[in-house]
Amino acid sequence: MTNDAGSPPPTPERDVILRFEDVHKAFGAQRVLRGLSFDVQRGKVLGIMGGSGTGKSVALRHVIGLLQPDAGRVEVEGRNVPDLSAGELSDLRKRMGYVFQEGALINWLTVEENLALPLVENTDLGRGEIADRVAEKLAMVHIPDAGKKLPSEISGGMKKRVGLARALIVEPDILLYDEPNAGLDPEISRSINELMREIAESHESTALVVEHRVDCIRTVCDEVVFLHEGEAIVHQPTEEFLRPSHPRLIEFLGPDALT
Amino acid sequence: MTPPDHLLAASPGWLADALPFAFAAGLVYVLLQAAWFRATVVEMGSTLELAAATALRLHHLPRRSRWLMEQLFAAGVRNLHVVLLVGLFMGMIVSLQTGIELSRFGQQDQIGTIVAASMTREMGPFITSVVLAATTGSALAAELGTMSVSDELSALEVMSVDRTSFLVVPRVAALMIIAPVLTVLCDTIGIVGGGFVASSQLGVPLAQYTETALDALQEKGALIPVPMDVYSGLFKSIIFGGLIAIISCASGLVARGGALGVGRATSRAVRDSIIAVIVANYFLTWFLYR
Repeated sequence: MTNDAGSPPPTPERDVILRFEDVHKAFGAQRVLRGLSFDVQRGKVLGIMGGSGTGKSVALRHVIGLLQPDAGRVEVEGRNVPDLSAGELSDLRKRMGYVFQEGALINWLTVEENLALPLVENTDLGRGEIADRVAEKLAMVHIPDAGKKLPSEISGGMKKRVGLARALIVEPDILLYDEPNAGLDPEISRSINELMREIAESHESTALVVEHRVDCIRTVCDEVVFLHEGEAIVHQPTEEFLRPSHPRLIEFLGPDALT
Repeated sequence: MTPPDHLLAASPGWLADALPFAFAAGLVYVLLQAAWFRATVVEMGSTLELAAATALRLHHLPRRSRWLMEQLFAAGVRNLHVVLLVGLFMGMIVSLQTGIELSRFGQQDQIGTIVAASMTREMGPFITSVVLAATTGSALAAELGTMSVSDELSALEVMSVDRTSFLVVPRVAALMIIAPVLTVLCDTIGIVGGGFVASSQLGVPLAQYTETALDALQEKGALIPVPMDVYSGLFKSIIFGGLIAIISCASGLVARGGALGVGRATSRAVRDSIIAVIVANYFLTWFLYR
C-alpha cells in the first residue's frame, strides 16, 4: 500500500474504530478480496474507491455482518465481527446505518413507515416520539412532505434521501454508504454529496463511503482507500489522493477527473 | 428397493438381514452424489427450519395484525371468484360423471351422497389449495423473491428486524385462516352445482338430491359436533394453507439472481406446494379415515 508524505500511517495512538486485517473473500472460483487491510479512525469519513469488481461493496457488507470473510479479521471497536453472537451482531447493527445502492426501501410501506420500522421493531419509543423523529429526519434530508408516499411514487434521488434518513433514524455511530450517487444526475448527485458532508459534520459519526465518483470523494471524504484486485494499494488523505502518484490510480482517475 | 430373492436365499442369515440396509445406504449415497438431490435436501431443510422458526414466532401475530388483515384480503377476496367458479364446475363434473355411471344401475338417486362426500372430503380442500398455490403462493414467492434480489431483505437484516416475524408469520397465519373459509364456500358451491346438473340433466328431483346430500353429511365427529367429512376437509385445508405459505415464503426468501431468480422461485413455489399438498393429502386421509 502506498503511503506518501503526509499520508495517514496507522499508529497505536490513533482511535481506530474499524479495521480490516488481511481479509480474503471468494465466491466460488472468483477471489474478490485478496488480503484487504486498512483502518478507519473514529469520526472520519473514509472513501473506498476502485474499479468495478474490485470488492468495494463486498468489503462494506463485511462490516455489518452481511458477509463473512474466508480469512482475516473485520474488527469494529476491537471486536471481530464474524465472532459475534447473533445477539451481539444485532446490537452492533442497531448502532450502524447502511445506505443501500438502490435505497432498498420496503416497497409496500410508505416513506414514513420505512423510516419508523427500526424504531418500532427495536425500541420502546411511543408513537409520538417516533413520528417526531421521522419528521426530523425527513426535514434533514430535505423531503419533509414525502412521508405519505410509497417508494414507487418517488424518484431515484428521493429514494436515496429516504434511504439515508432511514439509516440516520437510529442515530448511528457508523454510517456505511454503498455508491450513494449511482444512477443519479450531476445536480442531484451534488445535493446528496453536500447532504452527506452536512451529516458527517453535524453527527460526528464515522462513515465508510463506497464510491467511484471523484466529486463525491472530494466533497465528502477525509481519507480514501483505493482497491485494486481485492487489495488496498493506496490509503491517503483526500487532497493527496487527488494528486495521485500511483500509476494504477493515475490510470483509473484519468486527467480530466482531477480538474 | 430390495435385493433379488435368489441373492437373499444364497446368503448367510446376518448378510440377508444386512443387505436391505446396505442397498438403502448405497441408494442414498448414489443420490447424494447428484447435485439436484443435494439441492433438494438443502431446500427441504431450509423450509423445515423456516417452519420451525415461524411456529416459534406465532405469538408475534397480534403485533402483525395489520399485515395479517392485508394478507387475508389478498388471499381471500381476490381468490374468491376463482374458487367459486372452479368449485361450481367441479361439483357439476362429479355429478355428471357419477350420474351417468349410476344411472346404468338405476342408482342415480345416490348422486347427492357422492357429490357431497367427494366435495367435502377431497375436492373442496384440494381445489382450494391448488388455487391458493397458483395465485397466492406464487405471489408470495414473487414478492419475497423481489425483496431478496433488491436488497430489501438485507435492509431488514441490517436494521435488526426479524424477517420471519415481520414477513412470514402474517402470511402463514393468513393462509391457514383463509384456506378453510374458502374450502367451505367451495364445498357449498360444488354441491349446489352438482344439484343443478342432477336435476336438469339426470332427472333427479332437487329435493331428493338435497336430502341425500344432507344425509351423507350426518355423521358427526367425536370431538367436534360438525359433520365428520366437513371437519376432516377443513382440517386438511388448514394444513394445506400452512404448507403452501411456508413453501412459497421459503422459495422467495432464497431467490437470487435478479428477475430470472424470482421467476425460478415462483415456479418452484407452485410446483413444490402442489406436490406437498398431494403427499400430505394421502397421509391426512390415512390418519383421519383409517
